[in-house]
Amino acid sequence: MTFTLLIEQILNGLQFGVMLFLMASGLTLVFGVMGLINLAHGSLYMVGAFACAAVATATGSYWLGLAASLVFAALAGVLVELAIIRKLYTRGHLDQVLATFALILVFSEGTRWLFGSFPLYLNVPEILSGAVVLPGGIQYSLFRLLIIAVGFAIAGGLLALIHKTRIGIQIRAGESDREMISALGVDINKLYTIVFALGAALAGFAGALVGSIQSVQVGMGEPVLILAFVVIVIGGIGSIKGALVGSILVGVVDTLGRFLLPILFGAFMDPSSATAVGSALASMLIYMVMAGVLFFRPTGLFGLNA
Amino acid sequence: MTLTRETAINAVLFVGLLIAALIAYLLDEPFIITMATKVAIFSIAGIGLNLALGYGGLVSFGHAAFFGFGGYVAGILANHALNNTLVFSWPIEMAGTNSMLMIWPVAIFLSALVALLIGVLSLRTSGVYFIMITLAFAQMIYYFAISWPAYGGEDGLPTYIRNSFPGLNTLNPIEFFLICFVWLGVSLMLCSAIVHSRFGLALQGTRQNEQRVTSVGIDPFRVKLVAFVISGGITGLAGTLYTDLNRFVSPSVFSWQTSGEIMVFVILGGVARLFGPLAGAALFITMEFTLGGMTEHWQLWLGLLLLFVVLYTPGGLIGVLTSGRGKDV
Repeated sequence: MTFTLLIEQILNGLQFGVMLFLMASGLTLVFGVMGLINLAHGSLYMVGAFACAAVATATGSYWLGLAASLVFAALAGVLVELAIIRKLYTRGHLDQVLATFALILVFSEGTRWLFGSFPLYLNVPEILSGAVVLPGGIQYSLFRLLIIAVGFAIAGGLLALIHKTRIGIQIRAGESDREMISALGVDINKLYTIVFALGAALAGFAGALVGSIQSVQVGMGEPVLILAFVVIVIGGIGSIKGALVGSILVGVVDTLGRFLLPILFGAFMDPSSATAVGSALASMLIYMVMAGVLFFRPTGLFGLNA
Repeated sequence: MTLTRETAINAVLFVGLLIAALIAYLLDEPFIITMATKVAIFSIAGIGLNLALGYGGLVSFGHAAFFGFGGYVAGILANHALNNTLVFSWPIEMAGTNSMLMIWPVAIFLSALVALLIGVLSLRTSGVYFIMITLAFAQMIYYFAISWPAYGGEDGLPTYIRNSFPGLNTLNPIEFFLICFVWLGVSLMLCSAIVHSRFGLALQGTRQNEQRVTSVGIDPFRVKLVAFVISGGITGLAGTLYTDLNRFVSPSVFSWQTSGEIMVFVILGGVARLFGPLAGAALFITMEFTLGGMTEHWQLWLGLLLLFVVLYTPGGLIGVLTSGRGKDV
């Protein structure tokens, strides 16, 4: 194991973490403000990726594709919120789970109908591809490095939005007492739609960025959705700061676990079973972290009472 | 029990499933019998979940763990019997088996044990956190099953033949259906007995108001834990039957989609209604089949249908049929 490889893995973990944050921040806001479990958040991630792929292919511009991912995911978010989600705020968690599960079916099958089942690939423009040399002579993908930077920038912006602006104050007020803030004259329905659209746009953007590294395909959102749930539960539901800490924790722990555990077990086992045990344990690692966090802090790291 | 409308609907559902399978047998339509078997198996899984989710208010998003565990117990024991190897040799020697009479108690016991472990840890949390921690445990087992190569890993584990039951040819679809149907009846009776027992009342009391239950001297944690364990055992049994139905078990039985599906059956049929899971599973699997025959994109229509059910029919299918007097959870 070399030092360079370790740094590279940590950077990969950070990159994974900030992408998770883009998903988790929307999910945690919707959860915290509206009390809604949205399983269809992963579908918005997929919508963003497909919008980016379709527009980038049609216009030849990756930048337009990225913009489209934000716009289309937000639009899909607004549409779904107005038509369906709005009716679920007053329902129990069970109805929300069933309805948003149904939405996943609709989104996935609708996308398969439009685009087919084959994965699409995005070409990152020349200027963003290639590698950069970091201090210490480490070569690292420029695109991934940019994702980390963009992710942290968005996280900073979102924290500022929530803690410094008027709409942020309203969102936080909505989290603690929704009746009171509607009594104070805030249009709560509009606020809900804005929060939902914001979360959708961030998820769609994450979908486009991750789709550029991997591939764009139906069902790409669900694995990330589950991880995003793990993140917000670790961080504490409704807390953006918690989502940020949780995302980075999950991203780094997962990536490093997959890298280090097989090596660790290799120290006292034969290589093939070390790989098997190590990777089995690594894939369970973040769920163990989550169970551990909930065991000691049943409402997450930064959570108020559930 | 008085003859209410719900009892009548329940009887129609239960007898209807049997008649559907028997007619399919007379018409020589093994595929329909298999579908009816699937309905029976998923109903049993749903009955297990309903006990925790419906009557106990414990919204578990991780029942795939128990369903899969039961499934893998059947798969692993049968696989060892097939290859004539020992399951383990320490502290005692344990050989594989393909007798259902042996597999069932082992599977129920182990699934219940897993439910005990998961329950002890998860029941410390409540609400959304409980939903998520049960999901996390199921995911843990899912990834473990995928990456553990001893029993097929990602490829799954074929059992080639169905496990045997004395006096029956389990490979004959109608005979296997009857086994599952009898189990469905037993699960329904067990669930009904539990719900109407003192324990069942304590469980429903705990769901409604934990403080009040505590004040009359009942420990809510223990009540919930016992319900969760029984729930896990029943769902685990369904898992073994599912392995036998497919003659194959793969990690996908542990996936969150499996948990989601079992949950959908329960909610679709009507939460905290004895026959709700049966109604839900029957409707879902029939829709899957009919829509699947009409269009390639049946999932889209199924999704829209589910949306309609959630938004406009509180109380699920049985709730609608009994004029919408929804039960609240």
